[in-house]
Amino acid sequence: MSENTATMGKPIFSLFNIVAGAILLMGGILTILRFTQGLDAVTNLSDYNPWGIWIGFDLLVGVALAAGGFVTSAAVYIFGMKRYHAAVRPAILTGFLGYALVVLALHYDVGRPWRLPYPFIMQRGTTSLLFEVAACVALYLTVLFVEFSPAALEWLGFKRARNIVVKLTMLLTIFGVVLSTLHQSSLGALFLIAPSKLHPLWYTPYLPIYFFVTAVIAGLSMVIFESTLSHRFFSHKMDAAHLAEKDTVPLGFGKAASFVLAGYFIIKVIGISTGNTWHYLATGYGAWYLVELLGFVALPAFLYAVGVRDKNVTLIRWTAAWTVLGIVINRFNICLVAFNWHLPADERYFPHWMEIGISVFIVTLGIVIYRFIVTRMPVLYEHPDYDAH
Amino acid sequence: METIYTLQEFMLHTKNITYVLMIAALLGITGFWLFLTERDDD
Repeated sequence: MSENTATMGKPIFSLFNIVAGAILLMGGILTILRFTQGLDAVTNLSDYNPWGIWIGFDLLVGVALAAGGFVTSAAVYIFGMKRYHAAVRPAILTGFLGYALVVLALHYDVGRPWRLPYPFIMQRGTTSLLFEVAACVALYLTVLFVEFSPAALEWLGFKRARNIVVKLTMLLTIFGVVLSTLHQSSLGALFLIAPSKLHPLWYTPYLPIYFFVTAVIAGLSMVIFESTLSHRFFSHKMDAAHLAEKDTVPLGFGKAASFVLAGYFIIKVIGISTGNTWHYLATGYGAWYLVELLGFVALPAFLYAVGVRDKNVTLIRWTAAWTVLGIVINRFNICLVAFNWHLPADERYFPHWMEIGISVFIVTLGIVIYRFIVTRMPVLYEHPDYDAH
Repeated sequence: METIYTLQEFMLHTKNITYVLMIAALLGITGFWLFLTERDDD
């Protein structure tokens, strides 16, 4: 397939380009404001609420939703499920962009970008969770970059370099699984330091396990969700193998997501039991917890199962979108809603519109870069000059 | 609800419930797996 066909004959001022351009322009202005005027000018963060949506959404949700990369590559290369091979490159690309944008978003929250390598030079010891997260994210971003590089090298025509990288596939996949297991769980473990600030229904010593398991659920659901969007908007870029896997990926990944969600539901209930927090379920926070547990864990587990049994791909796709929304809600609950739950209402955090603007800007940037790459590089099709690996 | 005074009572109380839940969970997840894979060979 020619790389030029996608970019030729398309109007520059399409609806997508105008909307994305306006958001990127707004993001550019907000970025200047953030880095010249400081956090106070663009956020509602305070000493009580030092972590807002840039951490709760951009980082925690971004990392969870980028888990599709390690989940898919592990399924295909470690567990030998070659029938999902077509999903690997889009999932790796989504993961790579997700992590790259997480690092970008972190700059807005932390500031002073030149201090990014500090965790490796001036850190609080190797038992620091933030050090562990920083190390794993930095290493995993590098792994994802190398894992994705064959597509870019094929596009550039660097055959020799591409063949060397392809030989590292298994090693990189194992690295990816190890690093993801470590930092996905550590992001949950960060909240273990604040047992008095996080609502007892959400606070549990099992938080690291919950974060890792939900990352697997998010990864599986995100691959289905992303594959749905790709088939809708980029089907003209797909070869026969990718088009043929249109239903295989949702059915297989939906089945896995259903079973993992069922297991997650069980360990969530066990968490309530071991913490003896049953009585909180009768409160307002308890009602919201039940919405999360029943509406965004039990319900999608059941809907995925029905979709797999009936081979109803449409139901699986809608369930994937619902599950992704559930992951967003879960991270928001832990980082924002149930955090500082005892504070009076006027001390609680609600994001400034400019914080939301920056988050929208970062998501839009990801979509624009994804679109740029898949319309040029062999992501949704196999390059005719190379064998699939 | 019975009053809990000591860690021993807390552990006894929560573990009693958790063990019962675990038996239900093992039976439940087996049933769910059968429900999920029932039509696999179609």
